[in-house]
Amino acid sequence: MIAVELRKLFRRPRTWATIAVLNALPVLVAVLLVLTDLAPRPGEGPPFLSAVLRNGALYPLAALAIVLPLFLPIAVAVVAGDSIAGEASAGTLRYLLARPAGRTRLLVAKLIAVLAFVLVTVLIVAGVGYVLGTTLFDAQPVTGTSVSGTSLTPADLGGRTLMAIGYVAVSMLGVAAFALFFSTLTDSPLGATMGALAVLVASSLLFTLDAASPIAPYLPTRYWLSFVDFFRDPIHWRDITRGIALQGVYVGVLLAAAWANFTTKDITS
Amino acid sequence: MSGVIATRGLVKRYGRLSAVDGIDLDVRAGDVYGFLGANGSGKTTTVRMLLGLVLPTSGEIDLLGARMPRAGRRVLPRVGALIEGPAHYGHLSGRENLALLDASGPGARRRTRRRRIDEVLEQVGLGGVGRRPVKAYSLGMRQRLGLAGALLRRPELLVLDEPTNGLDPQGISEVRELLLDLHRTGTTVFLSSHLLAEVEQLCSRVGVLDRGRLVLQEQLATLTAPTGATVVHTPTPDRVRAALDGRVTSMDGERVVVRGEDPAEVNALLVGAGIPVTGLALQRPTLEEVVLAATGTSTDRVESR
Repeated sequence: MIAVELRKLFRRPRTWATIAVLNALPVLVAVLLVLTDLAPRPGEGPPFLSAVLRNGALYPLAALAIVLPLFLPIAVAVVAGDSIAGEASAGTLRYLLARPAGRTRLLVAKLIAVLAFVLVTVLIVAGVGYVLGTTLFDAQPVTGTSVSGTSLTPADLGGRTLMAIGYVAVSMLGVAAFALFFSTLTDSPLGATMGALAVLVASSLLFTLDAASPIAPYLPTRYWLSFVDFFRDPIHWRDITRGIALQGVYVGVLLAAAWANFTTKDITS
Repeated sequence: MSGVIATRGLVKRYGRLSAVDGIDLDVRAGDVYGFLGANGSGKTTTVRMLLGLVLPTSGEIDLLGARMPRAGRRVLPRVGALIEGPAHYGHLSGRENLALLDASGPGARRRTRRRRIDEVLEQVGLGGVGRRPVKAYSLGMRQRLGLAGALLRRPELLVLDEPTNGLDPQGISEVRELLLDLHRTGTTVFLSSHLLAEVEQLCSRVGVLDRGRLVLQEQLATLTAPTGATVVHTPTPDRVRAALDGRVTSMDGERVVVRGEDPAEVNALLVGAGIPVTGLALQRPTLEEVVLAATGTSTDRVESR
């Protein structure tokens, strides 16, 4: 079942088109930086971008930081929102369930497929960023620099990059869980995707509002950018662990709700 | 005869509306069961409940002797279904669609998958379809592919909802032959349709649904059994009435209905009286007459109150 869902997802032209579009922005940014040599001042613009002109090895992280606030969540919401609702609107859901695929199994397989999509996408963004960083910029793999200003060994930098990629993937799971839950509520994939995005926009907006500060620690997007903390010396674990715990709670609750809804639902599509 | 589909007091309510209102289906092994009903009479809801897609409000369903929807994982692999038109992934070929569907559930051997797909495609007349994506298929081809999906695991029971939808007359006749072939090799067929002619040509048993209630469930042969009257066609109906005094039950233009279940005897009397006879037949009710008598007005009419 899982293999079937992965085949469906990765044999679909749209999946690869989404990933390609996602990579277009970091490529454009890299080209502009090289042509103009105008890096944002430290502390402005996406994290890491100010440093890439000095060390191209940081570009994978800059690329992730560029796509993280909007593009990556949109891509994840599109794929996860489509998972059940897309089958329903195409009419294939009734055939899958009468086959019988089993409702819980189908939901789990869809979740794993979305998870695979998140990982593949994040890795491709990081990989494309690495290629860009080492070809377009001066890469100094020997002396990586932490955000705190101390130098890191290449092995250290590599390890921290992998951890950061993992953290970004975990952050995206929260988006996926929202979209998957909405996907079991409606027969319209667009509705499910927009629902998940509405949650993220609301969360980002509330985060900037002082009056919302009591609930700020519980907003799903609150700790997204904490992956930067992997590059402080020493690693600043506080927000990272909170971010993972928060995503864990959201994923757990939403998946339980999705399961409860989907397994007791009348399939009339 | 064991029950292949048996429901007891099956009810599905949506709010205050009863879509299915306490039906007791009884489909036996070897039947070709015609499930008739107007649009909106609850056919599709019933079919979906049989397959575990819609959960009943109350009542019981036994499918191949096991309680649904609990036994779905065990029983449904032995059932082939076509539910409200075919549905496929448009960007994949027919073959790939069948392979994905086959791999999505239990009870299908991977080793035989390729051979089974080739066989069913041949069977439904799509043997030479190649690698074309399904979005380039015509409606009739999609319907055939849907049927192929239902046949993929050589099911003991076929549940088909409007299987000839979108097919041209040749296609309809091919599908009918295919279903009769499958029936001969032991498949039980449950055919949901609003096409009376289709059911009359195919089915051995008929159930008629009207506004969520099963108003009729009987052998087709019993329903359309001779009524004990003979229909005579003649240019001179008045002379028939004179010759067969008291036996004429109705007259309608050149068509005269005469009591008597032996056309030969009626014919002999008429010819003896020198009355020209242009047509002679045993009177049988058509399925349409039976169904119309059993049901009320069409359910998609919305009357003012």
